[in-house]
Amino acid sequence: METAQDTIQQNEAKAETSKTLFKGTGSQVLLNGLIEEGVTTIFGYPGGAIMPIYDALYDYADKLEHILVRHEQGGIHAAQGFARASGEVGVVFATSGPGATNLVTGLADAQIDSTPLVCITGQVFAHLLGTDAFQETDVINITTPVTKWNYQVTDAKEIQEVLAKAFYIAKSGRPGPVLIDITKNAQLQLEEFPEYVKCNHIRSYRPKPKVRVEYIEQAAELINSAKKPFILFGQGVILGKAEEEFKAFINKSGIPAAWTIMGEGAIPTSHPLNVGMLGMHGNYGPNVLTNEADVIIAIGMRFDDRVTGRLDKYAKQAKVVHLDIDPAEIDKNVKAEVGVWGDCKETLPLLTNLVNENKHEDWLAKFRQYNQEEIDQVITPELYPTGDEMTMGEVLRNINEICGGDAVIVTDVGQHQMVACRYAKFNNTRSNITSGGLGTMGFGLPAAIGAKYGAPDKTVIAIIGDGGFQMTPQELGTIMQFGAAVKILILNNRFLGMVRQWQQLFHDKRYSFVNITSPDFVALAKSYYIEASKVDERANLRTALETMINHEGSYLLEVMVGRENNVFPMVPQGMSVSEIRLK
Amino acid sequence: MSTEDKIKYTEDTVDLEGKQEYTITVYAENRIGLLNRIAIIFSKRKINIESLNSSASEIEGIHRFNIVIHEGYEVVRKLARQIEKQIEVLKVYFNTNEEIIWQELALYKVSTDEIAEKVTVERLLRQYGASAVVIRKDYTVFAVTGHREETDALVKALEPYELIEFVRSARVAIIKDSAGFHEKLKEFEAFEPGEELVENEFLEKGQKIFTM
Repeated sequence: METAQDTIQQNEAKAETSKTLFKGTGSQVLLNGLIEEGVTTIFGYPGGAIMPIYDALYDYADKLEHILVRHEQGGIHAAQGFARASGEVGVVFATSGPGATNLVTGLADAQIDSTPLVCITGQVFAHLLGTDAFQETDVINITTPVTKWNYQVTDAKEIQEVLAKAFYIAKSGRPGPVLIDITKNAQLQLEEFPEYVKCNHIRSYRPKPKVRVEYIEQAAELINSAKKPFILFGQGVILGKAEEEFKAFINKSGIPAAWTIMGEGAIPTSHPLNVGMLGMHGNYGPNVLTNEADVIIAIGMRFDDRVTGRLDKYAKQAKVVHLDIDPAEIDKNVKAEVGVWGDCKETLPLLTNLVNENKHEDWLAKFRQYNQEEIDQVITPELYPTGDEMTMGEVLRNINEICGGDAVIVTDVGQHQMVACRYAKFNNTRSNITSGGLGTMGFGLPAAIGAKYGAPDKTVIAIIGDGGFQMTPQELGTIMQFGAAVKILILNNRFLGMVRQWQQLFHDKRYSFVNITSPDFVALAKSYYIEASKVDERANLRTALETMINHEGSYLLEVMVGRENNVFPMVPQGMSVSEIRLK
Repeated sequence: MSTEDKIKYTEDTVDLEGKQEYTITVYAENRIGLLNRIAIIFSKRKINIESLNSSASEIEGIHRFNIVIHEGYEVVRKLARQIEKQIEVLKVYFNTNEEIIWQELALYKVSTDEIAEKVTVERLLRQYGASAVVIRKDYTVFAVTGHREETDALVKALEPYELIEFVRSARVAIIKDSAGFHEKLKEFEAFEPGEELVENEFLEKGQKIFTM
């Protein structure tokens, strides 16, 4: 019923444009809106209920690049990678029903990691809503807990306003994913549309508060009185584009700063005040000294349980200053003495003005002391192993030596992720892309594809385990078709390594279903016409990595690493950060 | 309330785990799906909603939810912040019972014969502040407005006399210390956030109304 009528409508629509009023379909006005919002790249997959949008897209090929992924989950992870690498909003298209439900994992990932996304899903005709129509699913209710905002459009006249709101909400304040579900009739509906107006105000939404100087003063006073101050920073610094402001703050105050994995790269690895990684597999000093610091300054981080370990033994001696744009984060897990609610791009310079110049030499020496112990006991054996088996750490060391810290490193989830976060060197912000909060296996490959579109001039290396790779290998097809020059590095230990490590340490080595077999990854890549090779000897590692990184296009390298290597240090679950184990 | 009364009141209402009844007042845009968005904030944390009312507010187009839960102060404060974080929520308040005026409405359907024979309608009307809404040959419907204990008391009283149907509404509550939402809304409609909007307990610890 729709087809004949629709074609007529669309042809009419294509013919007519005027200066202020645009006559066209809901689909066309949606795409125009995306262009107005500065979108250039869309990751998507067509289907019945989103066909009118794809039909309109046919005429927009010169303005909007559409990357056809192989699965909607791959599409949304790619959009996440794009957003994280570029700082722009990632855009995803998916059809109704299974197309939309396949987005859910990515939405949850983006929600917990505050990644700005706008997802457009098709929906059945409005008159069919609630009839269990073909590919109908209640997308709005399914995605409500995993979106910052979502909305169902049933009338084309709503599209412009809703799209403008979606972009504003996705990228402002604490960013997050937004989903717009558009019924097929609205996509087809022919209307006269006014000019697109970007949204910059929603009366019920306060993306960021006006900063109150009283809090800054209280925070500065506390910081200036501290003998052992310690900064914990997270992705908030990156999301707020406040890297320079943050550097100025630590340079003046001389306070050692440690990062959550989401905050990694906000300052270069080599910065003298960068004392390393927090949390379960973080560095020795930052974890132990969390329980010795007298003032903790938390910036754009949310005290996740993987960072804090046992909460009732976490930093009890310290007074906490918490800077966050989201008021719900202040006092959520750790009580703040002073909560500085605001955008750290605004609050940090104010704070920098009020803090005293300092060096904290003795306090920093303590971090160095712990670091030396960690180097001796953990880092050197991992980076320069003497046994026959290769370690993940030495692979990372070689990457650092080849790329010099300029590559974008995208990781999946598990042991290789922790090793990569621990040992990868970063000179630039937005270079560490990982699934932090949700821990989504299968994130790495599609996110790396997106990251390459977000940062086309950078070398993008996807570091993935043999388990995680097998969750989304279909995206090799996307690489094959669109040529994203992603370097895929599979660290294969022939186990689901992180779970195996826990089973070894905490479940009496009862290896329950962690023994995973793999296909011939090299042959798999080659079947997608992607160059590939495999290394199982240290002697060939360096050359193989250089070949991969220097290769023109995409390349897959499988490195066989020690089967039962563990990631240390480790704060065992339920233990205090100061009870971190070196072995 | 005198200090003595206050101590007694606290003893009566706060249980051993430090939990008590809180009434959460939410001012929000009237939008499909928002109720679900708010409800899942509770269910995600496995917290039961004792009572939920959704109605118009003093301002046209702005909706007001009253949600009653039995929880500790810290939990309620975090919940309130999560609710206020939702895009279409304008403002969230949470209050203990002593800080609000609240009412529930209950309806009772009773056999008219029973009532006429065994209890006098007049007694019911007087003792429980009930009003007869409908009187028919076969049944009579009474309405009582009041606190939970009051409406419960009439259930007890009517039980022996064939209580055919009973229903009680959600709680509606007015905050004693509130000046309404008109002024706040003007600030929300302004582009630049005003001072009032960023009030929070780090500075205003002594405030009588808990707001964010």
